[in-house]
Amino acid sequence: MQRSVTKARPRDGFAAAADTVFALGTGLLALSILAILFAVTLMLVVQALPSMRQFGFHFFVSSEWDPGNDQYGALPFIYGTAVSSALALLIAVPLSLGVGLCLTEMAPEWISRRLGFLVELLAAIPSVVYGLWAIFVLGPWLRDHVEPGLGDYLGFLPFFQGPRVAVSMLNAGVVLAIMVLPYIAAVCTDVFRAVPQTNREAALALGATKWEMVRLAVLPYGTSGVIGAIILGLGRALGETIAVAMVIGNRPEISASLFRPSSTLASVIANEFVEATSDLNVAALIELGLVLLLLGVVLNVLARLLVYGATQRRFGSAS
Amino acid sequence: MTGGLSPAYRRRHKYRKLKSNCMVGLTVLATVIALVPLFLVLGYLVSKGASSLNWDFFTKMPAPVGQSGGGMANAIVGTFELVGLAGLMGIPIGVGAGIYLVENRGRWLAQLVRFAADVMMGVPSIVIGIFGYAVLVRPLGGFSTLAGAVALAIIMIPLVTRTAEEMILLVPHELREAALALGVPRWRTTVSVIVRAAASGIATGVILAIARVAGETAPLLFTAFGNRFWSTSLTQPISSLTVQVYTYAISPFADWQRQAWAGALVLTAIVLALELGVRWVTRGNVRVAR
Repeated sequence: MQRSVTKARPRDGFAAAADTVFALGTGLLALSILAILFAVTLMLVVQALPSMRQFGFHFFVSSEWDPGNDQYGALPFIYGTAVSSALALLIAVPLSLGVGLCLTEMAPEWISRRLGFLVELLAAIPSVVYGLWAIFVLGPWLRDHVEPGLGDYLGFLPFFQGPRVAVSMLNAGVVLAIMVLPYIAAVCTDVFRAVPQTNREAALALGATKWEMVRLAVLPYGTSGVIGAIILGLGRALGETIAVAMVIGNRPEISASLFRPSSTLASVIANEFVEATSDLNVAALIELGLVLLLLGVVLNVLARLLVYGATQRRFGSAS
Repeated sequence: MTGGLSPAYRRRHKYRKLKSNCMVGLTVLATVIALVPLFLVLGYLVSKGASSLNWDFFTKMPAPVGQSGGGMANAIVGTFELVGLAGLMGIPIGVGAGIYLVENRGRWLAQLVRFAADVMMGVPSIVIGIFGYAVLVRPLGGFSTLAGAVALAIIMIPLVTRTAEEMILLVPHELREAALALGVPRWRTTVSVIVRAAASGIATGVILAIARVAGETAPLLFTAFGNRFWSTSLTQPISSLTVQVYTYAISPFADWQRQAWAGALVLTAIVLALELGVRWVTRGNVRVAR
């Protein structure tokens, strides 16, 4: 004790300098994140310029994608991305809500923890593995067992017409649903967990059944968070590349039928970028990438704001 | 219980009970359906992959088109090389930025950086691939290991940053106060006390981020590209398990498709081993940022 007191020295110049250096160092590393984000955006804008100049707004409404004649229109890919993502959400959202409610309201804690872990494992499997499985297992199964049924009973709808094929919009939508489900379900679970226990107790005290409690006390409280979760899932679905590129068939066509091959913004980039024939072709593909970037960023920010609002509120209320 | 109540009420009550039980059953059913693909994918991986897996797969190079046999030795090593290089770049930046976010909590610049990191997590990985192509492949005149590693590092940085921040925030404030009160310089406090205390959490987050990028394919397509031989320098294209599985899976050759299953099994085993190992050690307390 005595010795350490006598050895202690006042704050010297070295320590102060080291503090400054450390603060500057970590500050620079943090700034590099801003720099990267800025550089990615700038680079894509600059590289897409030739295509923007050439086609202008027409790029987004033209459905002609013809590298042979250097004519590029993004509509088939925007359509493909929109439909495949919508299909994925249509399947994944109800299931995710079910998973979220089951994990938070229904299952006992020890089961819920294990199930939650398994759902998170779904997110850990690499996208290329899902793609491989979808090519060789899911696609043929959909063709042989799901598409005939849909075609026979709902064939009057334009969505379910045409020959049954394994490589189709339907396959892409289903595999996307499997891939975005763990993300939506995990956020839904967080959102429902944030509902104050007193809400539930109040509903039960009024004589509500379990489901009435969920409907009256849990779901209304979590609405904005659930919407955030869905938007987050949409962002994932739009940007997912490899699994979709492997099963969607990659044809720049707009067809109402889900049994037809199609193409998305991300899948066409994955397929054609390396083999792009002209500078304008590359620029057009990069412009598609820019669209993806902007969509991804906007949806992500929106989703985070909604989810943040829904999960942080608990600190303001009694729980 | 309901003895004194009217029959109409009792009927109503029965109906409400039934409806509630049905809905509970539906949520359980949804959870079961959601988990079916997990077991199907893992089951097919093991049944289709294991039969194609042999010693040659780990030690031999890819066989030329049309010949059977061969392996993915170069792709396995390539994945480790790419992920290792990405970690060398991404981990220091991510952890440093995470430290900055905690030390400067509440300042506008820190909030901006946190926002930027969150935004980066929403950028589709194929876009990062295009960026890598534009800044490193085109100017350097060819696909390269370096470009692939940089693309993976960019994907890793926001994950590491946000996880590191959350882990450091868990360290009690009193530790910092105690160190500062003893006259320890601020930077030593951060490095030797705060980050030290959060080290296992940060390491866990880093491993989860590594597992995440090891499974990435899209950012490597136009950067690392792929290589049927050993890659001997940073400026050469390099093979990776993911790209190799992708190429083989969409090929028309049965033998390549078999190898794709084997590659996918190895890839999934690596990724799941990292995830499961980390979770088992930390008892599931650490989650990588979403």
